[in-house]
Amino acid sequence: MLENLISTGKKATRDGFGAGLHEIGQQNSEVVALCADLVGSLKMQAFIKDFPERFFQVGIAEANMMGIAAGLATGGKIPYTGTFANFSTGRVYDQIRQSIAYSHKNVKICASHAGVTLGEDGATHQILEDIGMMKMLPGMTVINPCDYNQTKAATIAIAKHYGPVYLRFGRPSWPIFTPEDQVFEIGKALLLSEGTDVSIFATGHMVWQAIEAAKALAQDGISCEIINIHTIKPLDEDAVLASAKKTGCVVSAEEHQRHGGLGDSIAQLLARAYPTPMEFVAVNDSFGESGKPFELMEKYGLGVSDVIQSVKTVLKRKA
Amino acid sequence: MADIQKLENVASQVRRDIIRMVHAVQSGHPGGSLGCTDFLVALYGEIMEYDPNFNMDGKHEDMFFLSNGHISPLWYSVLARNGYFPTKELATFRKINSRLQGHPATHEGLPGVRVASGSLGQGLSVAIGVALSKKLNGDDKTVYCLTGDGELQEGQIWEAMMFATHHKVDNLIVTVDWNGQQIDGANDDVITLGDLEAKWQSFGWEVLHMNGNDMTAVVEGLKHAKTKTGQGKPIVILMKTEMGYGVDYMMGTHAWHGKAPNDELTAKALNQLEETLGDY
Repeated sequence: MLENLISTGKKATRDGFGAGLHEIGQQNSEVVALCADLVGSLKMQAFIKDFPERFFQVGIAEANMMGIAAGLATGGKIPYTGTFANFSTGRVYDQIRQSIAYSHKNVKICASHAGVTLGEDGATHQILEDIGMMKMLPGMTVINPCDYNQTKAATIAIAKHYGPVYLRFGRPSWPIFTPEDQVFEIGKALLLSEGTDVSIFATGHMVWQAIEAAKALAQDGISCEIINIHTIKPLDEDAVLASAKKTGCVVSAEEHQRHGGLGDSIAQLLARAYPTPMEFVAVNDSFGESGKPFELMEKYGLGVSDVIQSVKTVLKRKA
Repeated sequence: MADIQKLENVASQVRRDIIRMVHAVQSGHPGGSLGCTDFLVALYGEIMEYDPNFNMDGKHEDMFFLSNGHISPLWYSVLARNGYFPTKELATFRKINSRLQGHPATHEGLPGVRVASGSLGQGLSVAIGVALSKKLNGDDKTVYCLTGDGELQEGQIWEAMMFATHHKVDNLIVTVDWNGQQIDGANDDVITLGDLEAKWQSFGWEVLHMNGNDMTAVVEGLKHAKTKTGQGKPIVILMKTEMGYGVDYMMGTHAWHGKAPNDELTAKALNQLEETLGDY
């Protein structure tokens, strides 16, 4: 299976969001969209062109956008908010907490430019804490798809799920390796490649890094099981435990702070249900900086070599 | 014609409910609740058209949003006295396992509440969103929102004000409880609101004034505001009220913003408020 995981082209996950939003807009007339002055960055133009009456430009006023989305949801609409991940979470945390999460509103918070792969704009915009903030909110679903096709499918799928959702994606052009016709199932981990020595649980851009690492490790005779966790909350606990029991050691990989991310969720599960040696590929309590996406991934511990090193480390700890 | 006497009777009972609710748990916010009583009694008793069988989406109903959620005892009493839930449930206010949370919430499923409020500055945005959904749904009913005056110090309010004029949200009537007081003292001592009328006007709103503690003026003011809907501009009523209105020792001070009276002062307050509909 590993050899089948190849890039069929490159597009940004945010392009997948734009395509998915347009498609769900065609399918469901209750879907509305809001944007805080980042229409181009969020790739929302196709939706706006075809459904101008269902789009609301909010201007640079993210707090207001979250409140208006809560109101539209109250009136029976399915609002998708669009801005950068930084301005979709930390800037508006209290608005999301009170008006959306606590009030159980059917709002889809769609967040682009997450993580260091935002690149040259630097640390002010490179949020690495958003998964943690959002997964702590009771009732919030947290999704971080891995490529264009998966992001498009997720964007369509979340309209069919009633409740608040945080959908996180990114800026850079990125390899496409999941099927175009996939059906996205919220909360269902995807086994991308079976293996026997170690389980790699990866989310977002780091899924491709895990695939590249697994291919290199295979040359050394190390068999990696690669599991794509696109839904961080609710976590597919059965899939995580089954793989951990099979391989006996675990690596998590995410473009996020080590604190509060996917790795934390998996470690908490394993500590409770099946203590297993584990390593974490994530940013280690640091802000990012300006640079090119791949340079930043290397510098901040998110490179293919970091995944490889974590696998080797955890294998040594395996009993 | 509005039956002013009937509304005033309801208001007297609601004020009794407020005092008894905050006294029972020795917490809550009586000052603003008493000041806005006439407004909310008139809104639910005379102005709004709504289905007392609560529907979350409020389609084809007038809808109210309380942004200054701390005056929850008032809202709960008005909702109960208008048939949303039994008045005896008012006795559970702020107690464990109650639907009547300290600040309004949807989480426990209390009929009449459509969004949580309490963290200030958020309700106006929500009301705007609901008003937009009404336009999309071809629903010609009106959305009402009440905010505090101190609450206008929150930046989100001004974001919402800008949005509402730009997008011509003209099926929305916002009322500001302009009592001039907030927790730490007078608005003018905390952070002055300046020329409030000029500020709303400069943001493009239709600005109206109303005496919030005169039932006739409230009914007429709200009916007048309704005539201004559908004309391309959002509407705001700057409503002068007195914090603590109806209870002599609570008036003219911010001291009772968030403080409950003791047994003696509760008895004194209740002596000033006629029991018209029967205590819960």
